[in-house]
Amino acid sequence: MQFDPFIIPFNIGLYFILGYVVLRSLRWFMELSRPDKLRLQRGFFGRAFGQSLREIFMESLLHRSIFKANFRLGYMHMSLAFGWFLLIFFGTIEADIFGEKHLNAPYKAIFFKFFNPEHGRSGFEAAYSFLMDLILAFILTGLLLAIVKRFFSPVVGMKKTTKHTATDRIALTALWLIFPSRLIAESLTSGAYGTGSFLTGSLGNVLADFLPAGRMAYPFWWLYSIALGTFFIMLPVTRYMHIPTELFLIFMRNSGIRTGDRQGTYSEVETFSCSSCGICIDACQLNFAAGVTDIQGAYLLKNLRNGADTSRIAANCLMCGRCDSKCPVGIELSPIRMIRRRSGDAQWSYRNLYNGYLRNRQSLPQVKKELKPSFGFLRKDDPDQADVVYFAGCMTHLTPSISRAMINILEASGLSYSFLDKGGGVCCGRPLMLAGKDHEAREVINHNSGLIWKSGAKILVTSCPICFKVFRESYHLDAEVLHHSQFIKRLVDTGKIKMNFLRKKVVYHSPCDLGRGSGIYSEPKELLAHISRLEPGSFEDDNSLCCGGSLANAVIGSKGRKKIASDMAGKLTAMHPDILATACPLCKKTISNATGVRVADIAELAAEALVRKTVPGFVQAQSVSSDAPDAVSGVNSANPGNLSRVCPVN
Amino acid sequence: MIMAGSVIVIGAGSAGMEVSGVLARSGVSVTLIEKTANTGGHVKNWHHLFPDHRDGADVVSYMGVRAGHKLVNILTGTEIRELSRKGGKFHATTEGGSELTGDAVVVATGFDLFDCSRKEEYGYGIYDNVHTSAELEEMFRAGRLTTASGKEPEKIGFVHCVGSRDEKVGNLYCSKLCCVTAVKQAIEVRKKLPRSKVFCFYMDMRMGGASYEELYREAQEEWGISFIRGKVSEAGEMIDHRIQVKVEDTLVGRPLKLELDMLFLMAGMEMSEAGARISRIAGLKTGENRFLLASDNHYGSNRGNVEGIFYAGSCTAPMNITETISHARAAATEVIDYLNGINLK
Repeated sequence: MQFDPFIIPFNIGLYFILGYVVLRSLRWFMELSRPDKLRLQRGFFGRAFGQSLREIFMESLLHRSIFKANFRLGYMHMSLAFGWFLLIFFGTIEADIFGEKHLNAPYKAIFFKFFNPEHGRSGFEAAYSFLMDLILAFILTGLLLAIVKRFFSPVVGMKKTTKHTATDRIALTALWLIFPSRLIAESLTSGAYGTGSFLTGSLGNVLADFLPAGRMAYPFWWLYSIALGTFFIMLPVTRYMHIPTELFLIFMRNSGIRTGDRQGTYSEVETFSCSSCGICIDACQLNFAAGVTDIQGAYLLKNLRNGADTSRIAANCLMCGRCDSKCPVGIELSPIRMIRRRSGDAQWSYRNLYNGYLRNRQSLPQVKKELKPSFGFLRKDDPDQADVVYFAGCMTHLTPSISRAMINILEASGLSYSFLDKGGGVCCGRPLMLAGKDHEAREVINHNSGLIWKSGAKILVTSCPICFKVFRESYHLDAEVLHHSQFIKRLVDTGKIKMNFLRKKVVYHSPCDLGRGSGIYSEPKELLAHISRLEPGSFEDDNSLCCGGSLANAVIGSKGRKKIASDMAGKLTAMHPDILATACPLCKKTISNATGVRVADIAELAAEALVRKTVPGFVQAQSVSSDAPDAVSGVNSANPGNLSRVCPVN
Repeated sequence: MIMAGSVIVIGAGSAGMEVSGVLARSGVSVTLIEKTANTGGHVKNWHHLFPDHRDGADVVSYMGVRAGHKLVNILTGTEIRELSRKGGKFHATTEGGSELTGDAVVVATGFDLFDCSRKEEYGYGIYDNVHTSAELEEMFRAGRLTTASGKEPEKIGFVHCVGSRDEKVGNLYCSKLCCVTAVKQAIEVRKKLPRSKVFCFYMDMRMGGASYEELYREAQEEWGISFIRGKVSEAGEMIDHRIQVKVEDTLVGRPLKLELDMLFLMAGMEMSEAGARISRIAGLKTGENRFLLASDNHYGSNRGNVEGIFYAGSCTAPMNITETISHARAAATEVIDYLNGINLK
């Protein structure tokens, strides 16, 4: 029996963390809602299991997503995670093959060199030692990067790195000590016995030349064991809890569980799966354009883990969703933030006990609801009957060029339509929802739903992506909900309207709620490419920027918004387009005040390109510029494939 | 006293013309540069001036006489591309490529009127019957004040503070003149169209000038103009091309919808683009309001951060004509002191 007292710290740490993780995950499972439990069970015996294993390998070990975002940062995470995994994996095999017996306790593999100092002299043994040294060297290069990053983040291509708490620093020191202490301990032992490969062997020989290597190795084996034990014991209360937690997250996600709009196990698992890599911080425009550096996703989750107040952080966000689309772990940061914004409605919350080793649910005193706001004064006129109902929305009423363009297009289409909020309507409800006031939002949603139902509309068209998102997600309508960019595209595809070609260079800005928020990227771009010279921008699709005008942030003032708008307008107009096109009245208003370049909504451009039939057979081009537009048939050239749709109403 | 020395004055509006005239009469030779084809700046577009409704042309002809000195060389249609200081002399290169030198420079680039189409909710440039205060002056000059369809308007609205005191367009400051301009124009509309009804939508009435308050009182008592305290939130065009405004009357505490035949927007003042260009090429500091930053709020309003470059008029802050002329004269005395080697910090 090989034993030495120095292994005790390691053993305590290891068995503690194993037990802890088992208990914690059992508790998480118990707290899952019943449907989610069923999902998880189905996932366990279904395809989700294999998918998860693959994803765990690709993401938790290789860190493919971080690699895609940032090569050096990816290498740093990979060398530490995958390297450590390899060290344990091959170390266990090494102990099994070359140790005193098969099926050893874990410490035999971790401290193999200590118990088998003579190992590795020749042949297969030497080759295996070479492999183990190679893995250790691999980890050490990543560690070096991590240390450099902590003090000088641009080296790994990061503008900012996350700020740490005291507990984080202790755990970080322990983590940093693990591999250097192993290197020195193994080297000294190898030096004393004349074993070891290119790394530990060479370093050992050098050290043994002027040091009593045999006697000096022992304290370093203690240090190695203490560093490991400390790290394991600190793990549950630091960001390193993401190492075990991310495995659950991947498995739960693949089983079809989502954050939703209530706090629960999944949001809790997400909260603990954040490694604070800082990618969300670099992606955040509040950080790089407005200098707000303490509210990003990583900080929100850190404060949630620490049981700190998050109301200020939760409120100060544009909800543009850039961080969601870039998070390498796939944490749904915006839904978690929305849960915090609604927290006044929550019935319970988590409370940290024993310095955070235990988290208990505690009931929250229910705040007595104020009297419900009454919208009884709203007029309940019956709307006009029509196939297509146009809802401009309040922001579009502030940009009348957009609603006017839409009316021109609707008139030209020959469809029966009505302008639902012509004389000013009721808010769609989304600003209230973004403020966490779902109950109040429901009242206006009910009011608008009634109007839309009564109109008998088959299609509801809106000009505002903010309205569009809430109509799609929170209304239960019979009508198909379309953003005007989709609707105009469909009118063109079905030949209801024809377009001229505007000889203008256009860059398209994808609005947050339309693009990342609703996944509508291609229709606006295809329509623009059909009527103008659409140039590809550097901030396309899910990398598009927020204009800064977002209704979701009631904390930053107009100065902050202006900074964001100027920054993004500068980036989008870097290629000197004639027109900066967008598909949102709020974006249009915000960007117009930040650039000298013409900013226009896609509906305005479509109305300018519209071929008007004043006299049958005579095509009159409505020219807004000195260039003569090309009279081209709008239908066949761009998208012949879409002609299968016959009528936009059916 | 006859002085040697030469000065480049940028901008031939009221400030530039006045500073040039004063300097020339002191014996300084002046090169007065104007980017447009004519001198006279904004004043020449103004039909009548507050507070006494005098003809704007009077002031323009006065300034023409003042600046018409043999030592003043006026270059219209000229813009500065580069401005640098070498060996105590300023060297300016025009867009045309000609070189100018001077011992000192006076920046008198004035202001630009706020582009009202940036407040799209008021429908300027979209609706036929929405115009700016400057366009109303043109209508007065042309003697024709009708709606787009040629009818005599019955109800007319004035929106104060368009582009001023408005965080959303990035202008926190008060342009100072729009209140009194609205009062003046409202009276003129009532004089011209006695049957009309006129409404002014204001946030605060800032009547801090000689005879302004009296004019405001006259507008209410003699001309029956309605002043409604509230910011117009949006304007919509009705089927007959009249304008419907939504506004909250904050004194009564109720939202209002009013239908008007014409709506006039009191455009605020912004740092001129020409001034912003000069500030970039000469490294002149600007304030948060984007106007040129004075070296001292109390006694340095004609100086900035570059020695030898002086400021005159509304390139430093919104000013009326009276203030602009006084500020220009003060700039001239600063320049003369500077040319005499008297260094006042």
